[in-house]
Amino acid sequence: MRFKKITEQIVQAIFTVSGALTSIVILLIVVFLFKEGFGLFSSPSVEKGSALCVNAGNNIENLSVTEIKQIFDSEIENWEEVGGVDAPIRIFRFDEIFNLYSESDFGEDYELLPQKLGEVIKEDPNIIAYLPEKYVPIGMQSVKILPPENIGVADFFGGTQWMPTATPAPLLGVLPLLLGTLMVSFFAILFALPLGLGVAIYLSELASERTRKIMKPTIELLAGIPSVVYGFFGLVVLVPLIQSTFDLPVGETAFAGSLILAIMALPTIITVAEDAMRNTPRAMREASVALGATQWQTIYKVIIPYAMSGISAAVVLGIGRAIGETMAVLMVTGNAAVMPTSLFESVRTIPATIAAELGESPAGGAHYQALFMLGCILFLITLIISITAEVISKNKPNKAI
Amino acid sequence: MNKRLSQRIAFIVFKSLSILVVGILIWILGFIVYNGISVISWEFLTTSPTEGMTSGGIFPAIVGTVYLVIGSIIFAFPLGVMSAIYTSEYASTGWIVRFMRVMTNNLASIPSIVFGLFGMALFVNTLEFGDSILAGSLTLGLLVLPLVIRTTEEALNAIPTSMRTGSLALGASKLQTIRRVVLPMAFPNILTGLILSIGRVSGETAPILFTVAAYFLPKLPDSIFDQVMALPYHLYVVATSGTDIEASRPIAYGTALVLIAIVFVMNMLATLLRNYFNKKIKSN
Amino acid sequence: MIETKDINFYYGDYHALKDISIKMDANSVTAFIGPSGCGKSTFLRLFNRMNDLIDNTTLTGSCLIEGRNIYDKSYHIDDLRRKVGMVFQKPNPFPKSIFENVAYGLRVNSMGDKKFIAQRVEESLIDAALWDEVKDKLKKSALELSGGQQQRLCIARALAVSPSIIMMDEPASALDPISTSKIEELIHELKKEYTIVIVTHNMQQAARLSDRTGFFMMGELVEFSDTKKMFLNPEKKQTQNYITGRFG
Repeated sequence: MRFKKITEQIVQAIFTVSGALTSIVILLIVVFLFKEGFGLFSSPSVEKGSALCVNAGNNIENLSVTEIKQIFDSEIENWEEVGGVDAPIRIFRFDEIFNLYSESDFGEDYELLPQKLGEVIKEDPNIIAYLPEKYVPIGMQSVKILPPENIGVADFFGGTQWMPTATPAPLLGVLPLLLGTLMVSFFAILFALPLGLGVAIYLSELASERTRKIMKPTIELLAGIPSVVYGFFGLVVLVPLIQSTFDLPVGETAFAGSLILAIMALPTIITVAEDAMRNTPRAMREASVALGATQWQTIYKVIIPYAMSGISAAVVLGIGRAIGETMAVLMVTGNAAVMPTSLFESVRTIPATIAAELGESPAGGAHYQALFMLGCILFLITLIISITAEVISKNKPNKAI
Repeated sequence: MNKRLSQRIAFIVFKSLSILVVGILIWILGFIVYNGISVISWEFLTTSPTEGMTSGGIFPAIVGTVYLVIGSIIFAFPLGVMSAIYTSEYASTGWIVRFMRVMTNNLASIPSIVFGLFGMALFVNTLEFGDSILAGSLTLGLLVLPLVIRTTEEALNAIPTSMRTGSLALGASKLQTIRRVVLPMAFPNILTGLILSIGRVSGETAPILFTVAAYFLPKLPDSIFDQVMALPYHLYVVATSGTDIEASRPIAYGTALVLIAIVFVMNMLATLLRNYFNKKIKSN
Repeated sequence: MIETKDINFYYGDYHALKDISIKMDANSVTAFIGPSGCGKSTFLRLFNRMNDLIDNTTLTGSCLIEGRNIYDKSYHIDDLRRKVGMVFQKPNPFPKSIFENVAYGLRVNSMGDKKFIAQRVEESLIDAALWDEVKDKLKKSALELSGGQQQRLCIARALAVSPSIIMMDEPASALDPISTSKIEELIHELKKEYTIVIVTHNMQQAARLSDRTGFFMMGELVEFSDTKKMFLNPEKKQTQNYITGRFG
């Protein structure tokens, strides 16, 4: 008898732990994502394993990430623009040393290379050199190594350029991706909402039982089609269609992304909204009809207001679905991680960026950490959306509506 | 009458919208079936890709997907059912259960790419499984866990309380009640959840991008620490990169068709199962 | 005023109403009594065609209000429902304000402008003996009222569109005794202006309120006569058995 009791308690303990599983997983996700992501802000802005050197006589103490990029892109050409003296900036990239000296000058194992680099720097007060860390001349009086700036929070969240592979300093501004995500999702919901609501009303109030039996599995099928198949369809059908219809250079646009996302968000909106409407009590419908209201009047005056919390939850969940979609969007919106200016240009969303770039970013580097940071942002957005939907759908229509 | 007219207009609009949505589905499905059906053949399904993915078949991708489905189900199904049993049978009310339910809902709404990121960080890197079937299965298992939990909970809740009280009144313990009364009755609907999970796992790309998927493998995997090819990833790669996209198009259509077929068959199975057993319950 | 000839009604194959022929005068109160499931409510719902909302039903026979066949295609169903008001067993106010509840019927039938609507709302609430209790809180939610108040609100709502006939399906069965007597007083008053048909399982209530009473059993109208006569000297044995409490 006792043996049975002990077994029962053990089993119950196992069940309890299982119940806690999802909470544990979420905790783990938060830990892993945020640990890696926030490491970004303690990472140096100049690519690991490299350093920037200037002549010791240069009064510049440090340079911001944007300034570094602009210098090396020749957008800034004078030291005065970054707070130095009025003199042209001379960019020196590591490879150039091999044009100035011959191989033998560097010694057998390149042990003389730093020294040679130091000499080059010493000779030109306006030079800025981008060198691999192991060849940086240390301890030479005429050479000043610029201290690596950490990537700032403002640079990341407010930066308008996303060029993770730029040298010497990668540009990791999240705004283009954030705006791309928001733009594509916004228009997706704009298209999907009226369509989804209309179908929900039809299914809930107008369709015969036979029609419902056909349409409900149809919607479920639509919901089950994998994201990559939607992306494929979008790529092969929608993109060329858009390109020819709107006379664009390429069809891969935010518009294509919005269309595909709208289709993907439809089933969510339809099923949740229809459910909410069907749950309107019969007494309410009868009261309305008994007063002479038509069915349509009953729908928009009584049923929709009553089901509004459920309908809002449907929209919110649809938004969440749209924001989190990866493959379909990746395949149809083009590859341009730039600030979006129009619906008919290529954009990049946050999930697509992670998918496209994670494979190529060296583990532990700034780019890698930035991608995890993007993951954190995505996680937070969808968490907020999920909680919002829960809260909204709990609101019963108790007050006057 | 004005209100009668506006009703008629409104109803026509709604009916048209519904036809539109059905039309979209038919368009998408029809397009893929039309272009893909000619590609499907016994060779296609049983041979490896050749000539840079421009001919041959998708056999290794099918095998890979099968492994991943099995792996993820092994992980997610027992744990998910047990978790649902806990929240449904043991702790019925109180803030703990509500908290757990909220967490499950949150997990369900996390985008698949975040799972991929997490899976890479935890399984591939920290636990050092590397890009492997193990890492991929675990990641996919986490993705599909909320689905299993939700469907199992619904299945359990559908069983009337009177069944449980009847059993307890005869002197059975809670565990015995669950094992002998509740689970057998709920089993068909739980099975439905399993079938839907299979469909879901087969089609997911983002979680496997960085945990297991490979573009091309010369031989089939022989341990769980190997990489595999997988159908959704294969479709992605063949459609967007590779040496000759145009020539690989037919392969892409074929892969897409196989994927859709899997989802369609799983959905149909689940629906049939549901209907059959619900009829049985009703006739009882 | 209201007349039916040989009404037969089926839910699918189930014969719910059998050969009912009845005449009800204007400005009277008619009560239908009988055991549960005998068809009283179904019969009531014929007169504002609420049964149309249910699938798979069949109706034969004629149903006339003020001489016109209400099931005729030319008779607009919304007009009918405006003319024939209904109060349900369980109060079912909309989750809107008290004002908006009463105004609902006026709005959906496009009856009058803002001033007219406000006026009708006040008049209806007065007629329903609720005005004094709610006149200061018209904007508050109707769901905050008590059960009895909600039912009177539903009556006011039905009155607002100026029907000529009011159908009441067990209007007080979900209420406490005090609210019930208030409702019964109301019905006495309303009789002066409206034709009222009320279904009740409370025989004493029928005896108190109605001029004529009909006794239904298993879909048949067993007896229909003056209330006093029905209760003191019923013609049919079944009626007698029911009234003396032998069954039902």
